[in-house]
Amino acid sequence: MRPLTQEETRALFEKLAKYIGENIQLLVDRPDGSYCFRLHKDRVYYVSERILKVATSIPGDKLVALGTCFGKFTKTGKFRLHVTALDYLAPYAKYKVWVKPGAEQSFLYGNHVLKSGLGRITENTAQYQGVVVYSMADVPLGFGVAAKSTQDCRKVDPMAIVVFHQADVGEYVRHEDTLT
Amino acid sequence: MAALCVEELLARAEQPHRSVAVEKELELEFDLGNLLALDRNMPPSMPRAAGAQRESRLRSLARDNTQLLVAQLWGLPAGRAEGATGPLVAQLPEPSYRLPREKPLPRPRPPTRWEQFARLKGIRRRKRTSLVWDEAAKQWRRRWGYERAGGDPARDWLIEVPAGADPNEDQFAKRLREKREKVARNEFNRLRNIARGALPGRGLHPTGQQSRAELGRATQVARVSTASLGRFQPRLPKEPPAPPPRGGRKRHFEPLLGDLAAERRRQLELLRGLGSKKPPLDLTRAVNKQLREEDAQAAAGKGRKRGQRGKRGRQRPGGGKGPAGGKGKKGGIRRRQQQQRPAGRKRS
Repeated sequence: MRPLTQEETRALFEKLAKYIGENIQLLVDRPDGSYCFRLHKDRVYYVSERILKVATSIPGDKLVALGTCFGKFTKTGKFRLHVTALDYLAPYAKYKVWVKPGAEQSFLYGNHVLKSGLGRITENTAQYQGVVVYSMADVPLGFGVAAKSTQDCRKVDPMAIVVFHQADVGEYVRHEDTLT
Repeated sequence: MAALCVEELLARAEQPHRSVAVEKELELEFDLGNLLALDRNMPPSMPRAAGAQRESRLRSLARDNTQLLVAQLWGLPAGRAEGATGPLVAQLPEPSYRLPREKPLPRPRPPTRWEQFARLKGIRRRKRTSLVWDEAAKQWRRRWGYERAGGDPARDWLIEVPAGADPNEDQFAKRLREKREKVARNEFNRLRNIARGALPGRGLHPTGQQSRAELGRATQVARVSTASLGRFQPRLPKEPPAPPPRGGRKRHFEPLLGDLAAERRRQLELLRGLGSKKPPLDLTRAVNKQLREEDAQAAAGKGRKRGQRGKRGRQRPGGGKGPAGGKGKKGGIRRRQQQQRPAGRKRS
């Protein structure tokens, strides 16, 4: 377990900024406690200082996880965001997409969101912008990347993909053994 | 006490500086390239009895000669190293005094058996082409090796018995035997060359009489002669452990529970740096904004009819569910965006 280096922090923040923009400082500097990012076995954990101090007494090879896992660094140094970060992305998301009830199931199984399943989308969403996917009842379902800008979403046919799937809460069941 | 110190200081200041002039009967010979000064004057007479005086006399002799040498150095052309503010540096001339070799000249290596033979016969090396024209295959083939010109002699299915040979002799076995003998002879000659020290591997092959240092050198060469240049070679049982690599730093991480406030500050700085160069997509956004405005104008100009026809057109491939579900949602988007558009235009 160790803190992140400058390069790793930069990669993490660049990835998070795609979804929550400048609200990352609300994660870094919180009024209700001191939280920090720690790297353990290539995974980035967002953990409060109190828990961190307690976790130092566990041997490294026996420690599975601590705090909230935001994602992991791949072998080539790229950062991949996991669905376990959704709790921190959803409240601060800048660009949101609401999905119709019929298409929710499909998204939760790992498919992309088609135009026919698109309920609402935030105005001014650029293409390939990171978006958080909600159900019509404002329950966060996951996140992805906008395949089309809001402008293009209106003109495209119903079978076209509008949001590329990246993570959904169904992964808690499907990828139970790899998520920490 | 203080008054005494002050008096001492004044006395010292009144004394003249030590003179830099040195008087010698014979001039010294200087070789400034080697920083050498040769003094051919008679050394000062030093009777055996005076012990402390010897020291002081020798010291003053050394000081005088050094003074003369340094005076000569000040006479050389000088420049400033490392730019205009660097230290003053004198340019030394070429050394004229030949200093003896530190180590003896290397011995010439004895020639190999082939080199001896070639010198005897007057054979000189010919440059050969790497490819040879193979008439049978009508191709340029290599001289030896894989798919050589003229076919691989070891794969012949037929060998003619030569004129004077015994018809019951096995020609294939004979060929194999001769090849083995050639190889063995070559190996033998190679080892003999090495033993005579004609090849570069001398000192690395085990003879009975090698010193500890030579054996250590041979071990080091053997360790490094792997594909990974010895990086993953385990140590021998009684070999001392590897010396730590000097100069290359291992990766250094911050302490785990270090100053969290400082860490936060650094991260906020980083965020500020990331956020500052925010507008890279301006062009796309401008284009989108333009399209939105054009859409608004077109929709406002042609009225609701064009919008409804567009909606129906989109719903047809969607199926029967279109009119029921689409009107509510898509009409909603259109209506909402139409409402928002004037506000957006005002802002821009």
